[in-house]
Order: sequence, then structure tokens, then C-alpha cells
Amino acid sequence: MIALLAFYLFATLTIASAVLVVFARNPVHSVLWLIVAFFNAAGLMLLTGAEFIAMLLVIVYVGAVAVLFLFVVMMLDIDFAQLRSGVTRNLPFGLLIALVLLAEIVIAVSAYRAGPVFERGAAAPAANAVPNIEALGHELYSRYLLPFELAGLILLVAMIGAIVLTHRSRGDGRRQNASRQIARRPEDAVKIAKPQVGQGVEL
Amino acid sequence: MSYIAPILPEIIVGLGAIILMMVAAFVRRASLITHWAAIGILIAACFALIGAPQEAGRVFGGMFAADGFAAFGKVIIYLSAAVAIVAAHGWFDQDFEHGAEYPVLILLSSVGASVMVSATDLMMLYVGLELQSLSAYVLASYRRSDERSAEAGLKYFVLGALASGILLYGISLLYGFTGTTYFDGIAAAFRTDAGSIGLTFGLVFTLAGIAFKIAAVPFHMWTPDVYEGAPTPVTAFFASGPKIAALLLGTRVCLEAMGPATDAWRQIVIFAALASIFLGAVAAYGQTNIKRLLAYSSINNVGFVMIGIAAGGEGGGTSVLFYSAVYVVMTLGAFLCVLRMRDVDGRPVESLESLSGLSQTRPGLAAALAIFMFSLAGIPPLFGFWPKLMVFTAAVDAGLIALAVAGIIGTVVGAYYYIKIVKIMYFDAPVGEPYARVRAPVETALIALAAILVSPLGYLLIGPLGRLSANAASVF
Repeated sequence: MIALLAFYLFATLTIASAVLVVFARNPVHSVLWLIVAFFNAAGLMLLTGAEFIAMLLVIVYVGAVAVLFLFVVMMLDIDFAQLRSGVTRNLPFGLLIALVLLAEIVIAVSAYRAGPVFERGAAAPAANAVPNIEALGHELYSRYLLPFELAGLILLVAMIGAIVLTHRSRGDGRRQNASRQIARRPEDAVKIAKPQVGQGVEL
Repeated sequence: MSYIAPILPEIIVGLGAIILMMVAAFVRRASLITHWAAIGILIAACFALIGAPQEAGRVFGGMFAADGFAAFGKVIIYLSAAVAIVAAHGWFDQDFEHGAEYPVLILLSSVGASVMVSATDLMMLYVGLELQSLSAYVLASYRRSDERSAEAGLKYFVLGALASGILLYGISLLYGFTGTTYFDGIAAAFRTDAGSIGLTFGLVFTLAGIAFKIAAVPFHMWTPDVYEGAPTPVTAFFASGPKIAALLLGTRVCLEAMGPATDAWRQIVIFAALASIFLGAVAAYGQTNIKRLLAYSSINNVGFVMIGIAAGGEGGGTSVLFYSAVYVVMTLGAFLCVLRMRDVDGRPVESLESLSGLSQTRPGLAAALAIFMFSLAGIPPLFGFWPKLMVFTAAVDAGLIALAVAGIIGTVVGAYYYIKIVKIMYFDAPVGEPYARVRAPVETALIALAAILVSPLGYLLIGPLGRLSANAASVF
């Protein structure tokens, strides 16, 4: 019962926020609605028992992709109102694409109902008893230990590469020099003057 | 501990790279330390290749092979990486900011290359390949203030990413149609049903991806630009270690994973081999830049190695290994000579024209370069002739007589431009000012050693090197 309720909740919110992505006037709001859609899609994934994909959706899409979107939208000075002005002109084309996508979905579903395309050689899915995050973790640290560690080295190379190719120490950089700051005495820096009334101070 | 010993060389090089990275980050003027330490690490890794664990066979559930074939490849990779580090020593300016990180990237690239020669699983193969290439992209644009170097890096990166995509596509097809990523499993699937369209597609795409990495025609177009633009020590590295790694990887994929489907891949490999030999020979004619010319020379040589792959079996494998070892010595020697081409201000000179009359101004350098050129051309008294003979013998033994004949014709065509360089050095009058003399005793010793190895004295090595490579190829 609760699962059914949750499904309708997540599904409705996904569709509603997806619609709002398209119709929001402000592009920043669009991206925020997109994040809501991602969260709800992750909820749907949880309901089907694919908790790993759910987490991935939150971490990768919400954590990285959507934030990147937000940056781009905020940085680029795009006049979205002008972009939208051609809606009526492009409507037939948009409807055509929507029709093609719908046809593809129908064909894909009916093909799926007709049975698998290639039966032989398909790897068996993991047993239901093990949650799939646990199963993946187990595989990653046992059978795929070596490729996993090497993937870490690849990331290290990416970091070193980024630094080597972009970093340069500039001559005019103003770094804090703590020892110089501490060694500075008041005598060197402060001059106390007692000016007479009506006369200026000599600096 | 039994699972650490077979990957000890990789662990030494990988951990060494991480430690040197920290040294480079925290020690001022660490360039000298990291260069020599990296060379020490690579030599230590070579010693780690000796011993029983390196004959352990398949480890990590069959993903990683520690066998003679892999060990042979790793020795070549580590030694050529060490030479690339020595060569860089006088190359980057004394105050070059990231000179200390250069050996770190070479080490990481070597780890990737050595995983490639050991991979017996598609995932392992891909991870090794990416580790090697990603470091290579950075190395190619190492002199980022130099426009050509930046261009080389970007071009290499974009085209390399495309090739990785093609390779991954092939891998996913192979996995989809066989249900396994292990080479054994794929071979078994090919044995039971060799005519499957899906498997054939997977095979073609995988081979195309690998052909890109070894710069075989028709996937060679990036090579001349990248070899020209990258700093010369880096080019020397590209032409030796990673190239051999990709060649040996291709050998293992063809002979082990796709062994039962020999008829399917043989025609592809033969086409790529002949196209590489002839295009490498013909396109080199008009070149005026020595690095571009050596790039075409490497394309040409890859073609000959691929004849060995096409021959297949133990004989083919032996010839591939033997050819690789001799090719690396010749190429590294030639690049070390190119590194000596500096003008009075120490700036590198790359034009063929500047070589004219070298025999009068620098007789030693001219003699060494002439030896390497004659050897690369495969002219008999020199050692470069022998591996070519082995490759053609393997092809004839496999019944591919037409291929061997075409290859021999290709050798003759290619000899032209190698001899042209010798002619420029020995018969043309000197033009412009001679090269500045560089004091680099280690490099000079390496050039002399390489020249002796490929001279007729090298024939003394036929026995031991032949035994080693035959022993290494016995896995097929």
C-alpha cells in the first residue's frame, strides 16, 4: 500500500516538475525544477529495487550535471524570451519529433514483449538476496580489484595533467608571508606625530 | 601475498610515481631528483620481472597474465621509458616549471602500458590503455607555451578519445554477444560460432580501436602531427614504449581472444599491414621535418610487425617480439640523434636541410644516424635486416607468400627516404652553421650503445634474443 502511494507520489511529482522545467519563465528555475525531477526519478528507482542507480542519479545528475547546468545558465547571457519567440513557428516540427519518439516507445515496448533479441550468453543477474550496492561493492573489491585501483591511477593522472597544463606560478602573486608579518615591529610601520594646532603633518 | 608478486613491477612503478609526485610537489628544484629516481624505479621494476611469480600465468581471476610474453614487453617498455627520461634531461629548460612532473607522467604511462601487455580481459585492456593514453595526452602538450605542442596534445586527445569510443563500442559488442569479458571466454565463443555477425562487428571495431593506438593505416593520420608537435623526448617515448605495448596488446587480442576466428581478422590485419608499409614509405618522400619523417618511419615499421601478427601462431609471435625489441633500439637511437640537433642558442632544429654536410662537421653523430637509418631500412649487414627476415619467414611458414613478397617490395620502396638522409649527411655541402655541441655523456653513451647493438655486432644477440622471444611467444 505504502509502496503504491509512494509510486504515485514520485511519478506525479516527476511529471509535474518535468512539465515545469519546460514552462518555467526563468531558466534558473527550470534547472531547479530539473533537480526536483531527478530526485523523484531516483525515488522511482528505489521503488524498483535499483538502489544503486538511485544513488547514482542523485550523486551524478543532481550533484554534478545539474550544478554544471546551473553554472552555464547563470554565466551565459542568453535571452530566453527571444529563444522562445519562435514557438508557434516551430510547433509542427516539435510535434513531429514527439510523434517519432512516441512511435519508437511503442515499437520498443512491443519488441520487448515479444521476447529477448539475443538469448544466448546473457549474464545472469545477481541473486535477489544481496542488495545491489552490496553486490557491486563486493565485485569491485574482489574480482575487479585491479581495474578499480587502476581507475584510481587514471584519476590521479587527470589531476596531475590538469595542474601541469594550467598552473603557472606568477611573479606578481601576493602570497602571505607569515614570518615577515610577525617580524614587523611597530617602529618600522607606525609613526606617531603630535601636530600643533593649525599646522599640517609632515609625512 | 601470492597475488601481489605477479604485479610487483606495476606496484613498484605505480607507487614510485606517487612518491615522486609528492617529491615534485614539496621539494624545490626537484627535477634532478625525480629524473634519476624514476630511472632507478624503472630499472628496479625490470629486476622485479625476474623470477617465478612472473610465470604465474593468469592471476586476478584470469584478468591479468603474468607470463613470458608480458615480461618481454614490460622490459622493452620500462627501458624505453628510462631512455625517454634520460633524453628529457637536457631538453626542458633549466627553469622549466614542471620539469619535475615529467618523469612522474612517464612512469604512470608505463604502468598503463605494462598493464596493456598483461591484459587478458577486455576491462583490464581498456583501463590499461586509458591510463597509458591519458598520460600521453598530457605529455604531448607538455610545452604548453609552444603552439605546436599544444596543438599536438589537443589533436591527440580528441582523436584518441574517438578511438577509445570505437574500441569501447567493439568491446561492448563482444561482451554482449559472448557474455564474458575474459579472452578465454571470447575465444570459446568464437570457437562455437565463428560466423556470428555480432561477433564479427565486435572484432572489427576492437581491431580498429587498437589500430588507432598503434598508428596503423588507415588510422594513422594523427601520428605525423603529434610526433612533430610533441617535445622530442616525448616523441621518442611515443614511438617506443606505448607503441610496443599497443602492438603486443593487439597480438594478444588477435592470437588469444580471437584465435579461433583467424580467418575473420587476418584479412583486416593484412590490409592494415600492407597499407601501413606502403603509405609509410610513400608519404615520407615529401617530408622536410625529421620528426615527421620518423613518424612515417614508425608507421612503416608497424606494418612489418603486423605481418608477424597476421602470420599468427608461435612463429608469428616470436617474430613480433624480436622485431619490437630491435625496432625500439633503432628508433630510440635515431631520436637521441635528433635531440642533438640544436643551434648555437640551444634551440632544437628539425629540418632535414640542416643535416647536410653533417659528416664533415660532426662525423660521429653522422655515422650513428647513418647506422640507424640503414638499419631501419633493413639493409643486410645491419641488425635491422634480421627482424624483417624473421617476419617474412613467419609469413611464408604460415602460407602467406604473397604477403611476404609485397612486404619485401615495401621494404625496397621505403629504403629510398632512409638512404636520402644518409645522402644529405654525407654528400651535400654544409648549409648554415653547424649544431652546437651538447655535453651529455649519458646520452652519448646511449647513442653509442644503440649503434653498436644495431651494427653487425648485434648478430651476436640473435641467439639469446631469439631464445628469449621464442620462449616468450610459447604462450600462443
